[in-house]
Amino acid sequence: MSARDLDWKPLALVPLLALATLPLVGSPSTWLTLTVAGLAMGMIIFIIASGLTLVFGLMDVLNFGHGVFIALGAFVATSVLGSMGDWTGSSELWRNLVAVLPAMLVAMLVAGAVGLAFERFIVRPVYGQHLKQILITMGGMIIGEELIKVIWGPQQIPLPLPEGMKGAWLLGDAAVEKYRVVAVLVGLAVFALLAWTLARTKVGLLIRAGVQDREMVESLGYRIRRLFIGVFVAGSALAGLGGVMWGLYQQSVVPQMGAQVNILIFIVIIIGGLGSTGGALIGALLVGLMANYTGFLVPKAALFSNIALMVAVLLWRPQGVYPVANR
Amino acid sequence: MMNRILSGDRPGSRVLAVLLLAIFFGLALAPFLFPGIKALNVAAKVLVFVVLVASFDLLLGYTGIVSFAHTMFFGIGAYGIAIATTRLGPTWGALAVGTLGALLLSLLLSLAVGLFSLRVRAIFFAMITLAVAAAFQTLASQLSDFTGGEDGLTFRMPALLSPSFEPFEDDFLGVTVDGRLISYYLLFAAATLLVLALLRIVNSPFGRVLQAIRENEFRAEAIGYRVVVYRTLSSVISALFATLAGCMLAVWLRYNGPDTSLSFEIMMDVLLIVVIGGMGTIYGAAIGAVLFLVAQSYLQDLLRIGSEATSGLPWLAALLSPDRWLLWLGLLFVLSVYYFPTGVVGRLRAARARPPA
Repeated sequence: MSARDLDWKPLALVPLLALATLPLVGSPSTWLTLTVAGLAMGMIIFIIASGLTLVFGLMDVLNFGHGVFIALGAFVATSVLGSMGDWTGSSELWRNLVAVLPAMLVAMLVAGAVGLAFERFIVRPVYGQHLKQILITMGGMIIGEELIKVIWGPQQIPLPLPEGMKGAWLLGDAAVEKYRVVAVLVGLAVFALLAWTLARTKVGLLIRAGVQDREMVESLGYRIRRLFIGVFVAGSALAGLGGVMWGLYQQSVVPQMGAQVNILIFIVIIIGGLGSTGGALIGALLVGLMANYTGFLVPKAALFSNIALMVAVLLWRPQGVYPVANR
Repeated sequence: MMNRILSGDRPGSRVLAVLLLAIFFGLALAPFLFPGIKALNVAAKVLVFVVLVASFDLLLGYTGIVSFAHTMFFGIGAYGIAIATTRLGPTWGALAVGTLGALLLSLLLSLAVGLFSLRVRAIFFAMITLAVAAAFQTLASQLSDFTGGEDGLTFRMPALLSPSFEPFEDDFLGVTVDGRLISYYLLFAAATLLVLALLRIVNSPFGRVLQAIRENEFRAEAIGYRVVVYRTLSSVISALFATLAGCMLAVWLRYNGPDTSLSFEIMMDVLLIVVIGGMGTIYGAAIGAVLFLVAQSYLQDLLRIGSEATSGLPWLAALLSPDRWLLWLGLLFVLSVYYFPTGVVGRLRAARARPPA
């Protein structure tokens, strides 16, 4: 996509939403805190949602069990970080990173591996059958959630932030929590990596071509099947990473967290246009900002505001902000 | 005559017919056959779930729409009775107001959700209903002045239906005739009527159009049926029946809270029952509900035995813990979608159809 035919209207929604709430919140410092919190939450949701929207856009599989990988990633992180108390307890940032990076990597590996099994045993028999996909991946979600309870127990487990990421930087009167900045940076990195892979690499080219015309690419000798399984595994791994980030954001994990986050993700990918990475980013940022602003202004309406947002976007663009062609 | 009552939809298999008769008479005579309060509670729950699941099957099995907002309408029915009787006192008028109010709310809500989202693809609808249902559940627990919040509402029924009502001094066939027994038979009559009504609907020309839409939306539209209109109607009717099932639940329990009627677990139970019983048959709802609700209590006892027997192997014991019964149901669910896609009823009918007699 060249810069000229970039559809900028949805992009403008994010700053518009942020600016429109400034007079409502009143104090600029509170507004800044809320905005950063919203962007951070949005970035984490984006990391999770990007995998799901890719899997849907490319493989035409809607995975209602995506939430399992989120919870799995978060629980793996509690185990890894729990065993590295020396490193997380230190107040030096580099030592914390030494603890958090392996936790993220292991979580992504485990979630990816489970994703491979999930694709093989749950999703593969029902390609092309949407009804059964919804049912069977829902069943997979139940099984996964229960297995997590078997391994880690059904109770809530604390997942404290490493010492160096706790606390906030002060910008004037506004307190900007350090971890939120970290989350924004990680989210941006994931988005850049995804966009670059899809637009600039050969794998990305093949994936895009495979979506357009699968038979044609296969007749050229590429194995689209394998490529798509890779996409599924990558999507699961991203959900695992998102789970770690989300768990650290909430500072605790419960086995049901996947199902809870699932709803937010669905809203995000519907807003974004099913299958669109850029749309998912905008959707996630809108949802994150909206949740934080309404959480401050009218706490009771937090979940409603997101549904209202989704309805409003769908009235404007029924296929989501960036509709994916030929769907 | 029988054919008329069943709207021409015969069981189509001798085994199935026997099973259905057994369920019907088992439920009709439950207070006399299975003594004890717990057994009667299970029987009443079966009655409520038969209606709830059959109404969901109209949507999932007949029209091919996946909705996750079905418990929302179930909850509206239960809250309708709960709120009306708490505000207006335990009178028949309150029951009527609660039921009608709930039906009206369900009608409007299902119409809004339907018109707004049934134009889009099935997957969109599933996700949107999931979000709407979650929002409704939050609303129900937050409007605590109205709904009692997380604690829910405990309320009383009109004298005739309350447990303290005992018109006769002597027992009848060894069973005390009291308000609970009368409530049970009220539920039984309601369930029978509602299931027969659903049978009537799915076997009418309207029901055939729904099936046509399920099989091939494009062709149905091409023949001249407005697919959106039929889908919306199907979801509205299904929502109304679910609301009535919710009213039945509230009349029986005399309590309602978010976990009793709105929780996502109930939605999962409904999905499981539909798939196990057989999608696209109202009879499947009855068979599935009985199997599932009996298994639900039985499985937990069985798992407890298994867990105690394997206590030497902590891993296996954890897997067999009674709290993990959902794990086994989940596996059963996935396996039934895999190997048993037509459910019990579909299997029985297929077994009958295969050898030409």
